[in-house]
Amino acid sequence: MKLALKLAFKNIYGAGLRTVLNVIVLSFSFVIIIFLNGVMDGWNAQAKKDTIEWEYGYGQLRHKDYDPYDPYTILDSHAPIPENRPDLTPVLIHQASIYPEGRMMNIVLKGIDADQQTLLLPTSSLSAKENQYPVVIGKRFAASSKLNVGDEVLLRWRDVNGTYDANTIFISAIFDSNVPTVDDGQIWMNINDLWQMTGQVNEATLLVLNETSAPLESTLWNFYSQKELLSTIEEIIATKKISSSIMYILLLAIALLAIFDTQVLSIFRRQKEIGTYVALGMTRRKVVGLFTVEGSMYSILALFLASLYGTPFFIFIKKIGIPVAEADQEVGLAIAERIFPIYGFSLVVGTVIVVVLASTIVSFLPARKIAKINPVSALKGKLQ
Amino acid sequence: MDKNLIIELQDLSKSYPVADDSFFALKNVTTQFFKGEFSGIVGPSGSGKTTLLNIIGSLDQPTTGSATVLGRDISNLSHQSSADLRNYHIGFIFQVFNLLPVYTVFENVEFALLLQKKSSSERKKAVMQALEWVGLADKASKKPNKLSGGESQRVAIARAMVKKPELLLADEPTANLDAENAHGILKTMKTLNRELGTSFIFSTHDEKVMGYLNRIIHLRDGRIENDEEITNPKFA
Repeated sequence: MKLALKLAFKNIYGAGLRTVLNVIVLSFSFVIIIFLNGVMDGWNAQAKKDTIEWEYGYGQLRHKDYDPYDPYTILDSHAPIPENRPDLTPVLIHQASIYPEGRMMNIVLKGIDADQQTLLLPTSSLSAKENQYPVVIGKRFAASSKLNVGDEVLLRWRDVNGTYDANTIFISAIFDSNVPTVDDGQIWMNINDLWQMTGQVNEATLLVLNETSAPLESTLWNFYSQKELLSTIEEIIATKKISSSIMYILLLAIALLAIFDTQVLSIFRRQKEIGTYVALGMTRRKVVGLFTVEGSMYSILALFLASLYGTPFFIFIKKIGIPVAEADQEVGLAIAERIFPIYGFSLVVGTVIVVVLASTIVSFLPARKIAKINPVSALKGKLQ
Repeated sequence: MDKNLIIELQDLSKSYPVADDSFFALKNVTTQFFKGEFSGIVGPSGSGKTTLLNIIGSLDQPTTGSATVLGRDISNLSHQSSADLRNYHIGFIFQVFNLLPVYTVFENVEFALLLQKKSSSERKKAVMQALEWVGLADKASKKPNKLSGGESQRVAIARAMVKKPELLLADEPTANLDAENAHGILKTMKTLNRELGTSFIFSTHDEKVMGYLNRIIHLRDGRIENDEEITNPKFA
């Protein structure tokens, strides 16, 4: 093996420009694969972190009838908050309408404890005393409803008996969150105010757990672990990963095709060399090994080249992040203004293994032919 | 086996399929070669010289008959045994030199020793000695494309001789060389034959080569036409 490596290195070094081109293209594959997957992993980590901090906490207990994807379940999905569980942050959800500048907008009204510490929502702004119903909204909703801090707007809702009521709410703060599911079309208010408005005192639609929370045995509440809640994000990002992989699969395919072509051409052009190796005492199997190692050596050299320019590139990108277009932030997923890629050990090692293995396989396939070569024909350069 | 007998060919034939028929490159060749011979297989193109040399060098196998080289039956050798035979006991010199283009002169000569897994110091010593035999010690770091034809063939001789084989097979070694270089090469090989006791078998139709041989086997249409001992070679 040591001999094969030494000979292979000399051979591909001697191949000059062909080697340079193969190595450059393959090194691009390394960098692009690691870069794109790093961006996806970075996005995944950021999206999970933000979603945990802003919405999911350390899991949720949802009322058994509550389905976040079915607004018709909201009206009946509420139950008394379990006693002696101060670790749980109750959220009461109602449908309502607001009338900014005379336009009617349907919204989701969410009541939350103003003193809660589990979620990053600026609920301390809900404790203002000078206004009857202070609320906070996200920047996306503020933009779509054209509401600003200090604005007052008419809110209409139905109480527990189905009676419509209305009052003025006051925008006490606008928060900037990457999580659209706590922002779009939602108004957060003090849960005490909402209890009073709806007559559903001490009731909640869901309960957010903090890191010390123990499980709750109850027939009224369904427990959703943090992992279950985040699975949707993971599935979306996994799908995005597959679609983005098309780009680097194409690039890798080009690089592998170049290696394959080089190998086929090598075996044809280097017939006499192959014959000479055999005449000098190499078995044909060893010559196959030599040519295979030569092919996989492209990936080793590409790895070195990719490390040379890829490492500073990755460090730079990790430091400054990748800006995300504003339009992309409106797609309903948790995307920050900048994504900071994460280049994990498994990503780098996995990529190296995949590329080296793939290049070894495409090197071996044409090299197999050598095992059937007649050395006499090879020495004469008469192989077809 | 006779202590001086190194090759024994018995009723050896080699045929190739051509359409529905067979072409016989060698027909019932029976002969022996002995240690230290400086012999040649001579004949026109297509007479079977190279085929015979390839069978002796275990690069090819006889269709019928037997070839015993250095005590090994060529027909029954595994790939590994055949490779070992060539690596340790037989040296090859080709008409077109067949130097490995990406290696230096030193590395070309060193190749066989690398396969033998010799240590670095052993290799260096042997390679430099072989290059001195052929007068190219000062060209050790050159690439083959920087050498003349004569120099390239000298490197090929050094490569074949560096492992000090019992047998050296040279297929038309002077065909691509001018007269002066051809004589230089042949003198070198004759010296090595005398000093190291290596047996040489040439395949040639070059008169210059024949002038150095102690034994000439004439081949025609795959058959031995004549086998003559030369007691006083012209250029000895």
